[in-house]
Amino acid sequence: MKLTIEFGGGLELLCDSVKIHKVNVELKNGEKKLTMKDLLAWVGSNLIKERPEMFMKGDSVRPGVLVLVNDCDWELSGQLDTTLEDEDVVVFISTLHGG
Amino acid sequence: MENGDTKPRRAGGRLCCLCNNRRAALKRPKTLEQICRECFYEVFEEEIHQVIVDNQLFKPGERIGIGASGGKDSTVLAYVLSELNRRHNYGLDLFLLSVDEGITGYRDDSLETVKRNEVQYGLPLKIVSYKDLYGWTMDEIVKMIGLKNNCTFCGVFRRQALDRGAALLKVDKLVTGHNADDIAETVLLNILRGDVARYELLLEIEQMYCNYNRRRRANSEMQTFQNLNLICTYAYFKRLDYFSTECIYSPNAYRGFAREFIKDLERMRPRAILDIIKSGEDFRIATTTKMPEQGNCARCGYISSQKWCKACVLLEGLNRGLPKIGIGRSRGIDNDHQKEMKRSNGSKNIESKQCGTLDF
Ligand SMILES: [Zn+2]
Ligand SMILES: [Zn+2]
Ligand SMILES: [Zn+2]
Repeated sequence: MKLTIEFGGGLELLCDSVKIHKVNVELKNGEKKLTMKDLLAWVGSNLIKERPEMFMKGDSVRPGVLVLVNDCDWELSGQLDTTLEDEDVVVFISTLHGG
Repeated sequence: MENGDTKPRRAGGRLCCLCNNRRAALKRPKTLEQICRECFYEVFEEEIHQVIVDNQLFKPGERIGIGASGGKDSTVLAYVLSELNRRHNYGLDLFLLSVDEGITGYRDDSLETVKRNEVQYGLPLKIVSYKDLYGWTMDEIVKMIGLKNNCTFCGVFRRQALDRGAALLKVDKLVTGHNADDIAETVLLNILRGDVARYELLLEIEQMYCNYNRRRRANSEMQTFQNLNLICTYAYFKRLDYFSTECIYSPNAYRGFAREFIKDLERMRPRAILDIIKSGEDFRIATTTKMPEQGNCARCGYISSQKWCKACVLLEGLNRGLPKIGIGRSRGIDNDHQKEMKRSNGSKNIESKQCGTLDF
C-alpha cells in the first residue's frame, strides 16, 4: 500500500531530518486491511532511527504527538483503529518541541 | 465532500457542526464540536479578536511589538495578529522583536526562522542580543556556570531584553504568545509545591496567549489561551514556518511529570487544560497576597521591587566571578556569598526554571 508519511514539529529529527517519506507498506500475510496500529509499528521499526520513546508510548503515539490522516485529526476516525487506504497521507506532529 | 486539496475519506467522514457543509477535521477541546478546517481558522482567529476587542487591548495608531522566538507560539501569534490587523482595521504598526541569547546551534538557527517570518508577514524585525545588553552570551555564561542554573539567567535576561528591545523600537505595547499547556503546567507545579504565593513568576506568564504589556501591568487582566494542540494544528494547516528544536541547554524541558500528567488528562477530557488554568486564577483571587511594590532598579532603571533588579544581581555575580549570587536557595552557597545576596537583593529568588516553559 502506497502511503505518504510526514513528520513535523521536531519529530523529523528522529528520522534523519527527513520530513516527507513516500513509502510502500506491505500488508501482513492474510491481512486485507492496514490500520493505524499496524502503521505505527511499521513506522517505529522502519522510519524512526533514534529515540523511539519520543515517538511511541506503548502501542500508540506518545502523548503530545498529533496525528492527522488526510488532514483530519485521527480522533475523528478512530485513532488506532483507523483503516488506511492506498495514497493516504499520515502526518505526525510533535507539540512538545521548542517554544 | 468538496475539500479540493485533500482526499475525502470514505464512510464516516462527518460534516462540520458549524457550517454543515465541509468535512470535519478536528474536535474543539472547549465544546467537543467537530469542525472543518475553514471553520477552525475562523473560530481560532476570532476568539483572539474577541479578547482584543472586549479588553480594548489596542488603540488605532499604536506601535505593537510581538515577541518572536521563531517557535510555534510566537509564530502563530505574529501571523494571526497581522491577519486581524488587516481584516479588522486595527490600524496598528506591528513589529517583530527577537532576543539573541547567543546560543550557537539553537538561537542562531531559530533567528533564521524569524528572519524568514519578517519577509513572509511583512513585519519589520528588531533583534537585541545578550552580548550587546549584558556583555555575555549564553554560551559564555554556560561555560562559566555550567548547566545547573543556566535557565535562571536565560529567563531573567530574556524578559528584560524584551523590554529593552521594546523601548528601542518605541513600541507602546509588547505582546507575547503562550500556549495554554505551558500555563497549565506552571499552575499545576505551583499548586503541587503548595507555593500559591509565587505570583511574581505566575504573573509574568499567566497573561494569556495573546496580550500583555509589561510596563503597564494593570492592563493585563484579560486572558485567552489556545491549546497547544490547536496552535500546532493551526501552524500545520497554514503551513507556517516555525522552528522546533529544543534549547540545547535545557533539553529536558518538556519531559517532566507535570507535562505528561497534563497530556494524559487532556486525552480523557479535552477541557482539562483550560480548567486547570481557571483553578489557578481562582487560587489567585482567593488569596490576597500582596504584590511587592514596584520601583526601579537603582542600577539600570528597569522595573524592580528591590534595590537592584534580578538581571543586575545576576550580572554582578557573573562579572565578579561569583555566579551563584542571586541563584535559588542558599544551599551550596557559602556565608560570604549569602551576605552578598542579602546586601544586593534581599528578595526570594526565583527558582531555576526550565527556560522552555518561559519561552515567548
Ligand atoms: Zn465548517
Ligand atoms: Zn535555555
Ligand atoms: Zn537593573
